Amino acid sequence: MKMTYREAIRQAMHEALAADPRVFLMGEDVGRYGGTYACSKGFLEEFGPERIRDTPLSELGFVGAGIGAALGGMRPIVEVMTVNFSLLALDQIVNTAAALRHMSGGQFSVPLVLRMATGAGRQLAAQHSHSLENWYAHIPGIKVLAPATIADARGMLGPALADPDPVVIFEHAQLYNMEGALPDDWRCDITTAAQRRAGTDISLITYGGSLPKTLAAAEQLAAEGIAAEVIDLRVLRPLDTDTIAASLRKTHKAVVVDEGWKSGSLAAEVMARIVEDCFFDLDAPVARVCSEEVPIPYAKHMEEAALPQAPKIVAAVMMVLGK
Amino acid sequence: MPVPYDKAFAQKLLADMLRIRRMEEKCAELYGAQKIRGFLHLYIGEEACAVGALHALTADDNIVATYREHGHALVRGVSMNAIMAEMFGKRAGCSRGRGGSMHLFDAATRFYGGNAIVGGGLPLAVGFALADKLQGKQRVTACFFGEGAMAEGAFHESMNLAALWQLPVLFCCENNLYAMGTALARSEAQTDLCAKAASYAVPTLKADGMDIVAVHEAMKLAARHVRDGLGPFFLELQTYRFRAHSMFDPELYRDKAEVEQWKQRGPLHTFSARLKAEGKLTEEEFLALDAKANAEVQAAVDFAEAAAWEPVADLLKDVHTP
Repeated sequence: MKMTYREAIRQAMHEALAADPRVFLMGEDVGRYGGTYACSKGFLEEFGPERIRDTPLSELGFVGAGIGAALGGMRPIVEVMTVNFSLLALDQIVNTAAALRHMSGGQFSVPLVLRMATGAGRQLAAQHSHSLENWYAHIPGIKVLAPATIADARGMLGPALADPDPVVIFEHAQLYNMEGALPDDWRCDITTAAQRRAGTDISLITYGGSLPKTLAAAEQLAAEGIAAEVIDLRVLRPLDTDTIAASLRKTHKAVVVDEGWKSGSLAAEVMARIVEDCFFDLDAPVARVCSEEVPIPYAKHMEEAALPQAPKIVAAVMMVLGK
Repeated sequence: MPVPYDKAFAQKLLADMLRIRRMEEKCAELYGAQKIRGFLHLYIGEEACAVGALHALTADDNIVATYREHGHALVRGVSMNAIMAEMFGKRAGCSRGRGGSMHLFDAATRFYGGNAIVGGGLPLAVGFALADKLQGKQRVTACFFGEGAMAEGAFHESMNLAALWQLPVLFCCENNLYAMGTALARSEAQTDLCAKAASYAVPTLKADGMDIVAVHEAMKLAARHVRDGLGPFFLELQTYRFRAHSMFDPELYRDKAEVEQWKQRGPLHTFSARLKAEGKLTEEEFLALDAKANAEVQAAVDFAEAAAWEPVADLLKDVHTP
């Protein structure tokens, strides 16, 4: 069945709301507006204002309330409009949601799902274009997901809600309109990375909004006789190092593609894991393609230049291969 | 006003204040002896607030507190042994030694911390109340915080959410006049805390936090309002901490004379004097209560001393739910 990423998210939430009375959706404009990205269109009419709860512009307050509601027996899906605004709620996510189980000596789990849009590419400039997935992936106590396919958009929410601990789901804003076939077996885990394209010459490791760009780069490389393997991390915390290592043992070379800024990026972490686990399998230094170290500019050509793009990925591969 | 309680209840209130006082005096001593480390924020002087307030709630209510929460935990029913062991960092502590003084938690008594981010507990309390409302439970979530928290955005967001959604939250501000070393008037343009809360269309009440009868009566009224489904309530308890903010505070920001003046209104001696004057307490009874509190403290210290350390092999436990 063909559908958009947006529709896949919508169906996943619909299924959860219909199946479990403890599940409710809370966030800015999730109700009457139908969701900033239209992921909850029609929900207010179907499930009512108690379960499709429009909030004021109070990210700290309603994320914290989501944590409290999770502790109080509910299964909240809290939608923060974008990762940019999640900074206003960071205290509750880091100091409470992530830490509570541990600092209470294991007494309280926080079964909270936080969804937020992330990423650049729509000329929204410096305050609406962040990719801060790695900030969250740094924190023990939370799990971080980045669905990059129609199947994962459909499949990841269920296990995230079933997880007894906080799960943050990053939906890249550029992906909502992506269309594709939903496979019959869309149900998935939230523990493993996935191979999106098999190859033997080099491993391209990426996640989220960079996956389509990386696949496009792999296609171009194929035309030049280079068989690139594409690994989609899917789960940014905890990282599935085994899948990365298995790919590296086959290809012996890697390029990491990450929309985050290079310094302190998730790409840096992946590269460090490769060095820790696969150093003697490597035939060349590992390279990466990240966002340039600049707040994301407004002008289209400048924004494009700031972000990872297929030609940059191809160039990085050529460099690693010495071509 | 005469104390409107029978002898047994009045003495129970006094006994609980004594238990907190004696426990914390011992904590200060143990801090000096390096048995307790980290931060230690004593509640001494403010005991009437926790005791008067918590005795107005039921066992089914939720409690969210701050890092100055030893008294709240104790009165709520967390055993002194478990509190003391927690401060020692022992596995038998109420948070298995992972939390310490600032993070006392206890599922059995619905005691949800122990929050060391000022204002951090307020959104949490809103969420508990939201869950209760959605599940049709007639429960009060009582959230304790200091006046310093009222400068945080979390206070304003939480008040607005609770009022907007008419949630059963009892916001209980223990106004001890100093946010660490910053006096209220040096940090707030509006020093009438009830006026701030009232701007969210929430009913408010001020009470003398040094007078346990005033606290208890105000809290009963506030709890009834919340339990009756009339929405949130804001209660300000005007109190004073006699000791330093934490064990690292040289108290350069307030006069000794001011502290001495407040000590005249100390909740323990004023309440026992009232009870004695009304024939509800004899000196012998007072001494017996005090001896009992001291014995409980000694037993808690012995328990904490004897308790086992958690093995380092368990370090990564309880980050995620198994």
